[in-house]
Amino acid sequence: MSGFPILSLMLAVPAIAAIACLFVGDKMARWVALGATLATFVLGCILWANFDIGGAQWQFQELHEGIFGRFNYALGIDGMALMLIMLSVFLMPLCILASWESIKSRVGLYMSMFLVMEVVMIGVFMAQDLLLFYIFFEAGLIPMYFIIGIWGGANRKYAAYKFFLYTLLGSVLMLIAMIAMIAEAGTTSIPVLLNYDFPVQMQTWLWLAFFASLAVKMPMWPVHTWLPDAHVQAPTAGSMILAGVLLKLGAYGFIRFMMPMFPDASGQLMWVVFGLSMIAVVYTSLVALVQSDMKKLIAYSSVAHMAIVTAGLFAFNQQGIEGALIIMLSHGVVSAALFFCVGVIYDRLHTREIDRYGGLAVNMPAYALFFMLFTMASIGLPGTSGFVGEFLSLAGIYEASSWVAFVCTTGIILGAAYMLYLYRRVVFGELTKDDVKAMPDLNPREWAVLAPLAAVALWMGVYPESFLAPMRGDVTTVVARLAPAKPAGDAHLAAGKPKAAEAHHGEAHHAGGVQ
Amino acid sequence: MIQAIVFLPLLAALVAGLGQRAIGPFASKLVTTGALFTSCALSWPIFLSFVTGTGQAEVVTVLHWVSSGALQFNWELRVDTLTAVMLVVITTVSALVHLYSWGYMEEDPDQPRFFAYLSLFTFAMLMLVTANNLVQMFFGWEGVGLASYLLIGFWYKKPSANAAAIKAFVVNRVGDLGFMLGIFGTFLVFGTVSIPEILAAAPGMAGSTITFLGMRLDTMTILCLLLFIGAMGKSAQLGLHTWLPDAMEGPTPVSALIHAATMVTAGVFMVCRLSPMFETSDVAQGVVMFVGAATCFFAATVATTQWDIKRVIAYSTCSQLGYMFFAAGAGAYGAAMFHLFTHAFFKALLFLGAGSVIHAMHHEQDMRYYGNLRKQIPITFWAMMLGTLAITGVGIAGVAGFAGFYSKDGILEAAFASGGGGVVAFWVGIFVAFLTSFYSWRLVFLTFYGKARWEQSEHIQHAVHDDHGHGHYDNAHAAHDDHSHHHDAHSDGTAGYHPHESPITMLIPLVLLSIGAVFAGIAFHHQFIYPEEGMAFWKGSMLAFDEHLMHAAHEVPLWVKWTPFTVMAIGLFLAWNSYIRNTTLPARFVAQFKLLHQFLYNKWYFDELYNILFIKPAFAIGRFFWKRGDEQTIDRFGPDGVAALVQGGTRLAVRLQSGYVYGYAFVMLLGLVGLASWAMVNFL
Repeated sequence: MSGFPILSLMLAVPAIAAIACLFVGDKMARWVALGATLATFVLGCILWANFDIGGAQWQFQELHEGIFGRFNYALGIDGMALMLIMLSVFLMPLCILASWESIKSRVGLYMSMFLVMEVVMIGVFMAQDLLLFYIFFEAGLIPMYFIIGIWGGANRKYAAYKFFLYTLLGSVLMLIAMIAMIAEAGTTSIPVLLNYDFPVQMQTWLWLAFFASLAVKMPMWPVHTWLPDAHVQAPTAGSMILAGVLLKLGAYGFIRFMMPMFPDASGQLMWVVFGLSMIAVVYTSLVALVQSDMKKLIAYSSVAHMAIVTAGLFAFNQQGIEGALIIMLSHGVVSAALFFCVGVIYDRLHTREIDRYGGLAVNMPAYALFFMLFTMASIGLPGTSGFVGEFLSLAGIYEASSWVAFVCTTGIILGAAYMLYLYRRVVFGELTKDDVKAMPDLNPREWAVLAPLAAVALWMGVYPESFLAPMRGDVTTVVARLAPAKPAGDAHLAAGKPKAAEAHHGEAHHAGGVQ
Repeated sequence: MIQAIVFLPLLAALVAGLGQRAIGPFASKLVTTGALFTSCALSWPIFLSFVTGTGQAEVVTVLHWVSSGALQFNWELRVDTLTAVMLVVITTVSALVHLYSWGYMEEDPDQPRFFAYLSLFTFAMLMLVTANNLVQMFFGWEGVGLASYLLIGFWYKKPSANAAAIKAFVVNRVGDLGFMLGIFGTFLVFGTVSIPEILAAAPGMAGSTITFLGMRLDTMTILCLLLFIGAMGKSAQLGLHTWLPDAMEGPTPVSALIHAATMVTAGVFMVCRLSPMFETSDVAQGVVMFVGAATCFFAATVATTQWDIKRVIAYSTCSQLGYMFFAAGAGAYGAAMFHLFTHAFFKALLFLGAGSVIHAMHHEQDMRYYGNLRKQIPITFWAMMLGTLAITGVGIAGVAGFAGFYSKDGILEAAFASGGGGVVAFWVGIFVAFLTSFYSWRLVFLTFYGKARWEQSEHIQHAVHDDHGHGHYDNAHAAHDDHSHHHDAHSDGTAGYHPHESPITMLIPLVLLSIGAVFAGIAFHHQFIYPEEGMAFWKGSMLAFDEHLMHAAHEVPLWVKWTPFTVMAIGLFLAWNSYIRNTTLPARFVAQFKLLHQFLYNKWYFDELYNILFIKPAFAIGRFFWKRGDEQTIDRFGPDGVAALVQGGTRLAVRLQSGYVYGYAFVMLLGLVGLASWAMVNFL
């Protein structure tokens, strides 16, 4: 594989297809988009197959210097980026399939927007130049605006505006911080910056500026209110990609930039992250409990899940960070699936009101089964992807602080409550309403979307090693980078006078967090 | 072998559940039932090999699961004495319940789904008991929770069944919060989640201290208590018990399998599995004993007042689980496991017997509308009789007795012998033995003796008036929660209804379980609780079997051995006096002690209390955060506020309507172009 610019090819395929979609008819545009996203997915699989686990940190690097001054076209991936790229290219064809019938107007433009989105999303994860990263990072918003603004629901303008206002505000600050970083370090290369030691004072300011942008993208409480509106107004596939990949950009920024580049500031300010995460878990879970709109409910649950990601990342240990990464992948698959589940019945009845449904288990048994599976994955049932991530990250958080772990773990109770309550109202109960009775079960296209998502959710739950292995080395690197800044855990285990004389004193060494 | 035992039920569940359209209901039932009987046939030789002392503990690794730093665990199957006991309990009861369901669920249109759930449950339960690490135990733990949720809500059209299913899952999750924190803490302290490694290292941690939620605590105490919270949830101990009575909304075979014989005993199993950990903390053991005794007492008092036959047995289960826990708290883990073992047989028998009665009585569950059934359904009657003799612990010390006699007396004697708090637990246990006898005989007398009172039952009236009306399990239940009882012309109280004995598929399990209820005690009590044989039996299972305690238990004074029998006899007499000889007595008693009766009848008002304390506030706070927090604070001063500042609210609204999306996107593009220009100017 060496030398072959596979990363550029992965950007080029959807980019070319995006242009093509604008010029072919509606029917053709669908097939072009599907073909291009599938081709990109195949390229992704080749990429994964050729990724050398345990090899060099950065692989498949491409560098073309000085395209715009010192603004380099530098690509390259590590294990974390690989996994997030796989998530993106896996979800994309499913999104195209999900919009196959529900999008009827301006199909060419719509497909083109999705392909542009794919380019910028995988571009974010490939970029090795700070400014290139920024461009991809912010450019991702533009197609999303269009998708919400043109093909969205009744109140789409307000949602698009809110989305815009929040994200713009944060990204301006991040841009300023990036410029300051370049001025200080004299380079835009991300691999170099990762090992650059910024002055501690400066780190704090840079950290806060990045945090302003990434917290919105996550989203973290209290800058989360754009998300429910955006989801509610977005078309099904828009929600899938928003929850599936765009929400992961914030967390990716945390682990790619803030934590390794500003380790001291991260150590000092971890309590900000912990505090906001704890509030978010409880607050948004309770809000999810009282929602009457399906998409809003799932959107709020996303905020709660992302809060466990942020808390897990800032545990600064192997379990916490690996767990957070697995939640990102798992949530990408599961929440996309849940939004698609909403889309399936929305396409039939054109309402997201939970109370309009009920009794779907009778006439849509296959749908009920899939929905149950993803509900269980969302509430972290062991054996599904949700559990592995939640368990690892909470275990990591516990090593850092039992308080944070305790509050975040209450999410498993509330999560079960709101998801099962949702499921009960939609799927269980008596089938009484005539229009609901008339709803047919899944068609082959819907099967084709749900079955791969279900397979991955179970695969990640039963054998997560496939996903953990490529990322292990990168996480270890980050943990090592953070080690000097890491505060001791709150456990303070102290050996006492053991009952038995032949006590194993060795165990006391595990005090304060085991790596 | 063990792989086959564990994975056959999973395979059968998948075939029956996913392939039901292809293979049809009959094949689905055959596959699941066949798989379970195979598992059962493979399990007994393993158990017997441990009974005869030839069995060897082994661990089979199936697949790597997770490794993250030091946190590593596999999918593993552990077989030792403790597991073997659970294996036979689970596979035997499950196989019989599968068979029983052929008859009981005959008219249900959704049978393949039911059998698939039953087999799925069995798989999860087997994963739980074969776990060699805490995380796999948690997998099984949550897996049985899922199956329980699905089966309680099996008749998903019934609102009450749905509510009960969610309640069961969520209350169990409260326990799981403790379990998860316990696992995290254990990993932090021991650096592993492997059960054998933890148990080996546990004594060395005794006396050490740790900070948890800002409190400085004894390490082993807090770890054990956190794990025990999980056990309390699954085993429906006081405080987290509220889901179990409601779980009776599920079909009766489910109640027998999950909510009596197997799943609810998982907590007891967990404490026994981790017994060397609990042995390192007197406080934790004390709490286990106290909670066990309190539950034992609470549930028995409530059971004396309930009218629904399944609820009486449900509270009885809750109470018997309390016995098991206080045995474990007293350090008599062998006795706890023994009671778990015998209880599985006689309680499954009682539930399946109750199911047979309900089947005969056209889904009437209220004992007020039973009576005089012993001649109509004699086999069911004798099965219930044997179950009752077993649960009330009938037997003569030193000679012979029914299963419950050996195990319950073993617990009471061990509690007495352990001294201190154990003596208090002993007296509580004695009092509860009296209550157990009373409510169990009350059930038998109300159901099988006296005059027929069937005519007042809505269900029976339905059956008489429209003969074909068997088909609507769900609808019939939901619609007739409140009985409007009009008296019919029949003076014999039968309303002209003729109960029929259940089909053979239901009777065979009753007969087989009756054998267990009679002989499980006398056959195995040496291995489970005798000092020397117990040591030999439990070796290799890591169970903290206390030989000295068991010695002491066998040498308690004679009056200790005879008291349980005496109170049993008093309970029997009182039940006979109240429900056969002098049937107006209960009503007069209730009139006399109205408050007490109300308190017990309403289950100590736990549900009402939790509703006020947790459920209503959760929704109210959720609504407050949403409306006041998100909409009226964050949005008002955030995006909406900014909009108002910039443009003035009303004008903005107009503009927003007229499509500003392109405008925003354009601004973004401008920004990007600006950035690119800046980069060029600065670096060129």
